[in-house]
Amino acid sequence: MPTKPDTARDASSESAREPAPELERGPLLDVRDLHVHFAIHGNFVQRLLSRESGSVRAVDGVSFALRPGEVLGVVGESGSGKTTLGRAIVGLADPTGGSIRYRGDEIAMVSDRTFRPLRRKIQMVFQDPHASLNPAMDLETALAHPLRIHGAPAGEQTRQQVRDALDRVGLSPVERFINKLPGDLSGGQKQRAVIARAIILGPELLVADEPVSMLDMSVRAKILELMLELKNDLDLTYLYITHDLATAKFFCDRVAIMYLGRIVEIGPTDEIFADPKHPYTKALLAAIPEPDPRRSVPRNLPRGEIPDAAQPPAGCHFHPRCPRAFEPCGWEPRDLQALLESHWAGVALEDYERERGVVGDVETLQTMTGDAVLHPGSNGTAEAVRELLEGLRADDPDEPLWKGVRDVSADGNGVVTRFADHRDPKLQDAGGVQVACHLYD
Amino acid sequence: MTVTAEEGFRPQDDRSDILSVRDLRVWYGTERGTVRAVDGVDFDLRPGETLGLVGESGCGKSTLGRGVLGLLPPGAKAAGDVHFRGKNLVQLSQKELQTWRGPEIGLIFQEPMTRLNPLMRISQHFEETLRVHEPGIDKEEVRARALAALRGMGIPPTRYRNYPHEFSGGMRQRLMIALTLVLRPAFIVADEPTTALDVLVEAQIIKILHDLRRNYDTAMLLITHNLGIVAEACDRVAVMYAGHIVEEGDAKQVFSEPAHPYTRELLRSTISLRTTGLHYIPGAPPDLVDPPTGCTFHPRCPESMVVCRDVDPVEQRAAGGQRVACWLHGPEDRIPAGGRDPLERGEISVADEA
Repeated sequence: MPTKPDTARDASSESAREPAPELERGPLLDVRDLHVHFAIHGNFVQRLLSRESGSVRAVDGVSFALRPGEVLGVVGESGSGKTTLGRAIVGLADPTGGSIRYRGDEIAMVSDRTFRPLRRKIQMVFQDPHASLNPAMDLETALAHPLRIHGAPAGEQTRQQVRDALDRVGLSPVERFINKLPGDLSGGQKQRAVIARAIILGPELLVADEPVSMLDMSVRAKILELMLELKNDLDLTYLYITHDLATAKFFCDRVAIMYLGRIVEIGPTDEIFADPKHPYTKALLAAIPEPDPRRSVPRNLPRGEIPDAAQPPAGCHFHPRCPRAFEPCGWEPRDLQALLESHWAGVALEDYERERGVVGDVETLQTMTGDAVLHPGSNGTAEAVRELLEGLRADDPDEPLWKGVRDVSADGNGVVTRFADHRDPKLQDAGGVQVACHLYD
Repeated sequence: MTVTAEEGFRPQDDRSDILSVRDLRVWYGTERGTVRAVDGVDFDLRPGETLGLVGESGCGKSTLGRGVLGLLPPGAKAAGDVHFRGKNLVQLSQKELQTWRGPEIGLIFQEPMTRLNPLMRISQHFEETLRVHEPGIDKEEVRARALAALRGMGIPPTRYRNYPHEFSGGMRQRLMIALTLVLRPAFIVADEPTTALDVLVEAQIIKILHDLRRNYDTAMLLITHNLGIVAEACDRVAVMYAGHIVEEGDAKQVFSEPAHPYTRELLRSTISLRTTGLHYIPGAPPDLVDPPTGCTFHPRCPESMVVCRDVDPVEQRAAGGQRVACWLHGPEDRIPAGGRDPLERGEISVADEA
């Protein structure tokens, strides 16, 4: 059932408004400084007092353009904001700033009613085929659903479109599948059905969010092959969102590497894989387990994990994990806490307890901004804390943090560690790609 | 289909096997009939050795791991021998098995958050684990051993009194490994330990698992669908298909010269950074209620012969030294006349897939 009586009219008016020929040559999709922030509402009392407790900056100033017929890979770990970016483009997440232009028309922050006709042109394939099909709808109903939402009458024409779509994605003979429920299908068959549902409206842009990552190794290649065939047959443009660099390398024309809401490197796939520029891209490429017995376990992995997007690190978001970070990367008090904790994770219990008595509470560094101030513990003096920190620096002078430390000084009641000034890295050209890293300033 | 491995089938080592599995079978009863999820499996593990278990979904990998531990759901039945410290684990009662699990046999699960109690501090998890298995252990020793185990996983002692939700996904998996290792088990089953993790964190965990054998001398059965992990973290690899181990041997050897067509096709269909063309195995793993006759892989095998359809394959030693159950490797004297003729295969539809 059409959920709104006016959808049919909207859809027909859209088809009458064909894109002007000169726009064909421009980008299909142009994303500029896109922000998607999610407010954190805190606990019940805070909400009663209507206190804001910050926001998660899932997408934090992302810009790129997508040319017609191109496959752009958006690669990142979980928490990098890649899925939110995809959802914002199809209108499933509300941007809080910036612009998304589709063939020149603004589609970010527009009303649902304006957006709806465009949904025919921008479709999404979700990650989990088991969750994105209604278990109570047989394939005929499920595939006809988008057509009905966009105003197609139930009838022979709709049925034929459903059959064509099933046939197109390889679910043939169609009679065998058309009345199946999702529960009767294997994972790969379900994903084929999801793809059929996405192409049935004749879209131009397909946002594919990890379309193969829930599937078995042996099925992934088949689904990717299907997507390549569809791209050629139907002139599709893909935004391929994935955490898997290996499929991105095979599948994409260009790749954007995302980290904590920002693009850190973007460029042609061949360039990025042959000569990764950003230390994060380098680390990702080195960490992929390859079925090659001559390769051994990589030893110099970035420490830690992707941080909380509600409190992203200052400066370059990757700096706390970066093996090549230096002075301007954004050093701040909590990096000193991480340094002390990782030091303690490697020493004997007695040493830890003695040093803990000297340094006292390091948790306060977590929320501190500016200079780091450490107050000595029950068994320490400011001078002893300073000596401990200087000892750590002498033990491991190559630790990137020390490059960002101006000086460590003890005054009467605490030790102040002053950090160098920092600035956010901006995407800039570096040998065929664009990279956001101070190493290329 | 499997012939029990003869003595001396593997190169002898001065250290004896910690675990010997012989002809292990696991069935599930379903409405449609009996599912033979594990159908006659043999393997051995030496101390400090890691055996990777790979195969497509639905090939019985997880069931094998659980069968070895005696952690099967109601409705499943196991038979065969799992020799560990002079006992057959398959014949032990649940109560006896419980005393073995923990101090002797450990298990690392896929989803760490579902295995940690959200209301208990990490310190309490360690206290509970150690007190159950070592009654009378004093508080100081609990703390010392727990912090040592955490240190081994790179978790700072400042986090000892945190709750599970205060840790990231990779840290939780390291906590689970620390909780398993604090009892110093001789044998661990790790079931897809990195599947829920990101690439960089996965690499950190692989490194930890890789270093385990050096630091703890623990034998491990590592179940995964990711062939890359096996190549990097395992000494030996066993390839499972439809409840059988079809090939088993030194990981380097199996990956560089796979003897079984299934192993070869599985390696070819894995998309890696060196992939230049897409390749896949047609069809899907068989329904284990009614598996194909002869070699269960014959309907999908590009090299299937008449004998593959008619006769169960016999385990052989391939030229590279690995065990393989495939008629391509003989034995010649058991292949009937005309058995080597290529098999006319039925058409496999594109959509018949896993």
